[in-house]
Amino acid sequence: MTIEWGWFPDHIDEMTRLTADHLSTALSAVFFGLLIALPLAVIAHRFRPLRGFVLGLSNILYTIPSIALFVLLLPVTGLTRTTAVVGITAYTLVVLVRNTVEGLDTVPAKAREASTAMGAKPLRTLFTVELPLALPVIMAGVRVATVMSISLVSVASAIGQGGLGQLFIDGFQRDFPTLVIAGVALTLLLALVADAVLVTVQWLATPWTHKRGA
Amino acid sequence: MIKFDEVHKRFPNGTTAVHDLSLEMPEGQITVLVGSSGCGKTTTLRMINRMVDPTSGTIRLAGKDILESDAADLRRGIGYVIQQSGLFPHRTVLDNVATVPLLLGWGRKKARSRAAELLETVGLAADAGKRYPHQLSGGQQQRVGVARALAADPPVLLMDEPFGAVDPVVRTQLQDELLRLQKDLAKTIVFVTHDIDEAVRLGDRIAVFRTGGHLVQCAEPAELLARPADDFVADFLGAERGLKLLSLSTLAGLPQGPAPEGGRWELALDSARKPLGWRDGDAAADSPLLPVRALRDGDSLLSAVNESIASPAGLVARVDADGVLTGVTARAEIHDHAGEAHISAGAAA
Ligand SMILES: Nc1ncnc2c1ncn2[C@@H]1O[C@H](COP(=O)(O)OP(=O)(O)O)[C@@H](O)[C@H]1O
Ligand SMILES: [Mg+2]
Repeated sequence: MTIEWGWFPDHIDEMTRLTADHLSTALSAVFFGLLIALPLAVIAHRFRPLRGFVLGLSNILYTIPSIALFVLLLPVTGLTRTTAVVGITAYTLVVLVRNTVEGLDTVPAKAREASTAMGAKPLRTLFTVELPLALPVIMAGVRVATVMSISLVSVASAIGQGGLGQLFIDGFQRDFPTLVIAGVALTLLLALVADAVLVTVQWLATPWTHKRGA
Repeated sequence: MIKFDEVHKRFPNGTTAVHDLSLEMPEGQITVLVGSSGCGKTTTLRMINRMVDPTSGTIRLAGKDILESDAADLRRGIGYVIQQSGLFPHRTVLDNVATVPLLLGWGRKKARSRAAELLETVGLAADAGKRYPHQLSGGQQQRVGVARALAADPPVLLMDEPFGAVDPVVRTQLQDELLRLQKDLAKTIVFVTHDIDEAVRLGDRIAVFRTGGHLVQCAEPAELLARPADDFVADFLGAERGLKLLSLSTLAGLPQGPAPEGGRWELALDSARKPLGWRDGDAAADSPLLPVRALRDGDSLLSAVNESIASPAGLVARVDADGVLTGVTARAEIHDHAGEAHISAGAAA
């Protein structure tokens, strides 16, 4: 197997476009995933009996093979990016819901109680006390969901929405290993960079977790 | 004033936490709720800011039934301090203190400048404001808790074992600070503790609770110590009940005489006439002085009894506000006076 290095400089534009597509599909999925997971998790956390149901539901979604999910969505949303985003969003839920519920569990009861006792209404306590304190665990979920989404986008090549995954498909079909290598390397790089960015965001957003000394 | 009228609290699991409680907590005073663990103190306190609603009975705050107010509005007008302070770990000290002003819509700038002012009031350095709660010592965190409760200048302060988790030395400091603040602020304070010494130190009135949420006796500290309502209260006050009572009166009225001269024991003074120690005339000339703890008029009768026993001469050295010797009082005189103090406290009750 030989790599034709000359291919790379000639295809910078294509690689850039595919990387951008890939990233935007993955990030959209994480964004919508959070939008759905946060309220679900808050409800599951507040109403104990619903916890098993909500966590179970997100687990079940996760067990559907990804290709099958894309195929199931085809009649509704067609060969569009929407199909890819919707499918991947469904997968992110399993970690986003679970981590948000667990994050809310880590909020000290005294902090929640103090907020209420000082006259904050429940929604204000949620946004100013509970979610910020749950952030470290939620962000851990966001990191897993992001890396997972970046890898799942490639599977959406099956419906023509694969981003960098398109490179492997083309590479296999044309028996041209350089493309396969390029696709794998760029996907990996994207995942690493995205994760590093998220770690930085988390560090900046949770200053209280890394200020030491009495 | 806070007025409980036949207030009963039964939790859904069947536990009766507070049993037909009728109690008044006077305006501008510290009412201490004391009793062993599980006797309903916290529940009583939390009914005042509606963290718990009573099963029956009414609670009035400044004449108004608290159930008629919106719970959140009511709470913004009541400071709340809990053990280990319940500070928000993710907010700086300054932002913790600014919480209620922000809730009241003061705007960030005004809320923060008020918070900075309060940090000073409770004896914290200004740069503590930039820190996070876990970067402070336990005692400092409790001060922040008090500052946070005072931020919007509420007329009522609820304190649930606020100093329970700090060591005894810091606890005494915090108690002194609270009394100092209260002198200026004159808040209506309801203070929960299981520590009878803390209750005696802080309370204008002390309400003693018994398991099952029964109020056994509510009285001023001297009355409580001199005339416990029953054996339960007497046991709770402990074997040193008499000594505790002495901690409530001062030396002020006690006559004093001149320092002894020519006998075995002489009081050594420095050039400003401040006591240095007791010199033993029977010992070698260069032997060290024995320690003296000179007392001021404002010191308690308990410390005088203690010093009269510790003093080798059987005399207590008395000094003025500057520490200059004013005279001495003999052990026998102090003990007589202590006994009379006890009797008169009982008679006044
Ligand atoms: N939310 C609750 N549900 C059921 N029982 C409770 C609840 N809160 C307190 N209790 C019970 O009520 C009694 C009084 O509790 P509490 O007011 O916390 O006592 P204290 O503060 O004097 O230790 C205890 O027996 C306690 O177990
Ligand atoms: Mg309690």
